[in-house]
Amino acid sequence: MRAVALLLPPLGWMLVFYLAALAVLFVSAFWSVDSFTGKLTHVWTWTNFDTIIHDPTYRQIAWRTIWMAALVTLTDALIAFPFAYYMARVATPRLRTLLFVLVLLPLFSSYLARIYAWRLILNQDGALNWSLAKIGLPQQDWAFTSTAMWIVFSYIWLPFMILPIYAALERIPDSYLEASRDLGARNWTTFRRVIVPLALPGIAAGSIFTFSLTLGDYITPSLVGNVDFIGNVIYRNVLGLTNNLPFSAAYATVPLIVMAIYLALAKRVGAFEAL
Amino acid sequence: MRRIRRAHVLLAALAAALCVPASGVSSDSSSPSMITKVGKLEGTLNLIAWEGYTYKQWVTPFVKKTGCKVHSKFGGSSDEMVTLMRTGQYDAVSASGDASLRLILGKDVRPINPSLVPDYKNFIPALKSPSHNTVKGVHYGISLQWGPNTLLYNTKKVKPAPNSWSVLYSSKYKGKVTVPDNAIQIADAALYLSKSKPSLGITDPYELNDTQFKAAVALLKKQRPLVKKYWLTAGDEIDLFKNGGAVVGASWPYQTNTLQAAKAPVKDLIPREGATGWADTWMISSKAKHPNCAVSWIKWVSTPKVQAQQAIYFGETPANTKACKIMDQLSKGSCAQYHANASTAYFNSIKFWKTPVKDCGNGKSNCMDYTKWQAAWTDIKS
Repeated sequence: MRAVALLLPPLGWMLVFYLAALAVLFVSAFWSVDSFTGKLTHVWTWTNFDTIIHDPTYRQIAWRTIWMAALVTLTDALIAFPFAYYMARVATPRLRTLLFVLVLLPLFSSYLARIYAWRLILNQDGALNWSLAKIGLPQQDWAFTSTAMWIVFSYIWLPFMILPIYAALERIPDSYLEASRDLGARNWTTFRRVIVPLALPGIAAGSIFTFSLTLGDYITPSLVGNVDFIGNVIYRNVLGLTNNLPFSAAYATVPLIVMAIYLALAKRVGAFEAL
Repeated sequence: MRRIRRAHVLLAALAAALCVPASGVSSDSSSPSMITKVGKLEGTLNLIAWEGYTYKQWVTPFVKKTGCKVHSKFGGSSDEMVTLMRTGQYDAVSASGDASLRLILGKDVRPINPSLVPDYKNFIPALKSPSHNTVKGVHYGISLQWGPNTLLYNTKKVKPAPNSWSVLYSSKYKGKVTVPDNAIQIADAALYLSKSKPSLGITDPYELNDTQFKAAVALLKKQRPLVKKYWLTAGDEIDLFKNGGAVVGASWPYQTNTLQAAKAPVKDLIPREGATGWADTWMISSKAKHPNCAVSWIKWVSTPKVQAQQAIYFGETPANTKACKIMDQLSKGSCAQYHANASTAYFNSIKFWKTPVKDCGNGKSNCMDYTKWQAAWTDIKS
């Protein structure tokens, strides 16, 4: 009885604010909006999903978002792994603390401030072009392109990849590596057959963050990019003049489905044990 | 403990979900009555306004004078304003032309006798009974301010100086063009086509049939690779012009003023094809709890001094012609800068924003409505 009483508030909260909200989202995806009065029409229709599936525009935007999320995840994994490895297995305890602070410090500053800082760096007359000119290299023209989005996304989500990989690498007992060496494995073989498989759940856990955060973001594309992501379309349909909430709801189910598939895959490589 | 079955959870969630929207529906078919006199002031006033429309410079003296305590909420978009007005919790709204008709047709706002506002007689003729706030001779609000969407360019990089919107569609400045990220931008393309391709027969850039609409969208798709950035906020565009990311673009007078104040080499103009623009109106809710304070507020913001202050603060043109002199007193040359003394011809060259609707007055009801505009805009940008 006491367990039930204790569990009831969080369970109720979860039901009302989370599951019920999701249910409203899903149900309203089947409604439509009167184009002039902007009022909801409560008639069941597949129109919204039909548009999303058959209109090449929305397919293209969805693919672009998923592709960017995958690219950012891959980039972050490649940068984070050596960094986390150094932190977990090479650095002295003091240096490790310092590196931890450096990884976490950006998270204390505003996300918007960091994006605007990148705008200043990548601008036509920005810090990067200024530096390139000083050392005699050709100018870049990345501002407001997909390259800019890729750089900024990879930067802002990097700590979310480093931390789980660090946790996974730190957990590997030294005895495993010694055993590997005793059995005649060279460094590269040990790395490939012992360290990477044991770090995989950590990489998968980190990739859940980088992938889902990129998938759901609409501020970075609107501030440093010049194309729409799924979130931008939803935003414009919610706050734009049409106020087409049902269409937004239908489009919002796309990242939900993508994430459900992603989580199922991540679970198979043990991401949830590494969290 | 008994396990909670998954089916129970789903059922409960669904039941909760269905309860929520049903409670928000209400209907009211009676027409709101006209306001013809100002009674006892209620001491409170709840407003929905564009940011910058309820600045303390003119709100504080109003509160002191009338005792109506002003609570204002900023609306982020025309649609948000319409939605907020329909809650019935607000007394008045500063509606733009693309929201005002919807409020009138939805019976959300009350008609007002303009003779209640003494300064109304000094308004420029075109804003006394404009079609976006006056229907069949009935006034549903009092005009406030207006402004054009201008062509902004860098005087050092763009030579010769442009005099046509064509500069935004030609590849000469490829990668250096910026235009607003807003579906209403289709009207700008349509306006340009109405002059450059008369065979399309476009007479009103907000009333486009299928062929005309497709031509405008095709033009914007051709423009897509030329655009460095579709700007979201005025600050975005100011940044682009400051750091060399863009040298030519569609703009508001506000950006020009800010850039010129920062000594950037920019100028703006209304090209020979004319321009689109916005015109805002204060409207009183049909459910207003403080209508007398609301009328007092409209009287107050129509006075020359407040009109002048607001014009300079926001960078737009006042409806009251008497404001010009005070603008020059407050900031020398500002009257001409914001076109407050411009001719009727200047005003007529501007096509003011309105909501594109299907039934657009040609009797055939074959125009593209705003949902189509929004979808097309997403398509253009993708």
